[in-house]
Amino acid sequence: MDFVSVVIIEVLYAIASLALISAGLAVVFGMMRVINLAHGEFLMIGGYAAIVSVQAGINIYIAMLVVAPLVVGLLGLIVERCVIQFLYGRMLDTMLATWGLSLLLTGAVTMIFGNTTTGISTPIGGFSIGAYQVSGYNIFILVAGAALMAAIFLVLKTTRLGLVARGAMQSAEMTSGLGHNPKRIYMATFTIGAALSGLAGGILAPLTGLTPTSGGLYVAKAFITVISGGAAVVTGTLSSAGLFGALTQLTMLASTPVWGDVAMLFAAIVLLRLLPRGITGRFFTRQV
Amino acid sequence: MQFDRRSFLQSAAAISALTATGFAGRAYAAGGEIKLASIHDLSGLFDLYGKPMDQAVILALEEINAAGGLLGKKVDQVTYDTQSQIPLYTQFGQQAALKDKVSVVHGGILSASREAIRPTLDRFKTLYFYNTQYEGGVCDRNIFCTGVTPAQSVEALMPYAISKFGKKIYTLAADYNYGQIISKWVAYYAKQNGGEVIQTDFFPLDVSDFGATIAKVQSAKPDFVMSALVGGAHLSFYRQWAAAGMKSKIAMASTTLGAGNEQVVLTPAEGDGILLAYNYSKELDTPANKAFLDKWQKKFGDTKPIHELAVATYQGVLLWAAGVKKAGSIDRMKVIEALETGISIDGPAGKVTVDPKTHHCTLDVHVIEVKGQKMTVVKSLAQVPPKDTQSVCDLKANPNDTKQYEIKI
Repeated sequence: MDFVSVVIIEVLYAIASLALISAGLAVVFGMMRVINLAHGEFLMIGGYAAIVSVQAGINIYIAMLVVAPLVVGLLGLIVERCVIQFLYGRMLDTMLATWGLSLLLTGAVTMIFGNTTTGISTPIGGFSIGAYQVSGYNIFILVAGAALMAAIFLVLKTTRLGLVARGAMQSAEMTSGLGHNPKRIYMATFTIGAALSGLAGGILAPLTGLTPTSGGLYVAKAFITVISGGAAVVTGTLSSAGLFGALTQLTMLASTPVWGDVAMLFAAIVLLRLLPRGITGRFFTRQV
Repeated sequence: MQFDRRSFLQSAAAISALTATGFAGRAYAAGGEIKLASIHDLSGLFDLYGKPMDQAVILALEEINAAGGLLGKKVDQVTYDTQSQIPLYTQFGQQAALKDKVSVVHGGILSASREAIRPTLDRFKTLYFYNTQYEGGVCDRNIFCTGVTPAQSVEALMPYAISKFGKKIYTLAADYNYGQIISKWVAYYAKQNGGEVIQTDFFPLDVSDFGATIAKVQSAKPDFVMSALVGGAHLSFYRQWAAAGMKSKIAMASTTLGAGNEQVVLTPAEGDGILLAYNYSKELDTPANKAFLDKWQKKFGDTKPIHELAVATYQGVLLWAAGVKKAGSIDRMKVIEALETGISIDGPAGKVTVDPKTHHCTLDVHVIEVKGQKMTVVKSLAQVPPKDTQSVCDLKANPNDTKQYEIKI
């Protein structure tokens, strides 16, 4: 019985961490159709921002939850102004530009921090369920993932800002005709997407430790989750993260991490063959 | 014989050129004719390992030259940066052998880099020293391996860990040839000491989430975990293990932690109590080690980067120098034969002796416990031979062997 609850926690944690690393990409790709290949590096820089702040003496929660998203949000704003804004609607060019950006960021971080592993300890200790020890930080990630998803949902569904953003994504011309400036909406959306990536990077940093090439670990999983999820930001991400997180984690528990990844990739291929527009292209089509 | 102005000028020029080269030649002989190549990753992913290894070469040569050099000649270092890229090893190996005509090459870190440069140096008949802890089994008369092999480290670690922690072992290893081979040795030495490996899991080098693994280990209830995890991503295992509060529940030993100074990256709470086995620890309380640390401090200003591989490199250069002295020549075969007499030196980590049949080394091995980011020696074994390679390799009987054997256990 203890083991079952440990397994449930591990599965929920896997789902939450997938949702976290995909949230920023879901906003940028799902809403703006911008393929940001530098997404992994945004996460990595969020992680570094958190680690550097902690080492400078800032409270770890402020570092993770405030500093990391601010830094990466600012970076996103600069990137959008200097690069992305000229490339809307040109998918291949955007891919190339953001790929170059990812190489640039990796190189820059390597020059600053060196090609070594940097890390901080998790701020929460473990607790026991029966005979088993569970990491308290996994629970924190679970809560953070759920809170983030809820926040995105509420903003998109209930606020005027969310309404305008969704409108701009559906028809930029119509929104423009109603007196909103689509360019500014895109800019804000990209910045928020980047800030979400930074937040996720900050939260995950104590768990894994970072190298300048850590971004590569995240980017594939994030893309698989977002594309399999389909167009809806929250429902799509949650449904595919739920599917892949549970599948990967259960396979891992039964065998090894290698088979866990194999199971996830296999499921993604089958899923996209059956539902080429993602889960929310067929189910939950009216959700955000 | 006609003697016009042109031919006079020509011969005068020739004579002066001859005398000039004659003088220059003599000056050169006194100045430095022996060249040593240091081929390490000084940038890129493995620079954490490579930089201190190159520094160790610099330090060793400075000492050798300060003591009058070898055979009355100065030893010059030629440094190559392989940038953590395997193809560059082949390229620089050729350059060292053919263009720079070095007498010996010290270098190589990953097993893959060694296997890239070894055939090149075999072909161009250039002596090679590989100064890294590795999986064992290389059998080649042109190479000397001065690092510890599994039989040396695991053999020391296992009885201590089993008597301290218990008999049931759960092995976690990196999924490439090193991890696969070392986990077999772990199983072998567990059995030898009355223990048992109840499960072995392998992890690709980029896995960084060990949540499921930690749950799995707990349900298997081992007495201790044996970790042969490698690299930056795997370091997160130790963090997550500590974060789950496992430190006080299940003990741990490792064959890899600390070789690149990982104990400094982890906090004391994460690293304390993990058992290791190496040839060297900075905490070794011997005059030789203190002198070594002093010299390093004076030369480079910081002893923090020193690790197992750097000390193995330092000892490798000293061994080569002892070989040259004994041979009285830098001729490759003469130096090899001199080293094969079972030559030994006293390095920072104690006595190191060349094993003539395998070209590996017999050396001291220490069982080490991580305490407050330091590697505290808890037990020392004197002069442990490389039994694993000895079981498959005999260069006395087969001097033309160039294989790396996979040791069957």
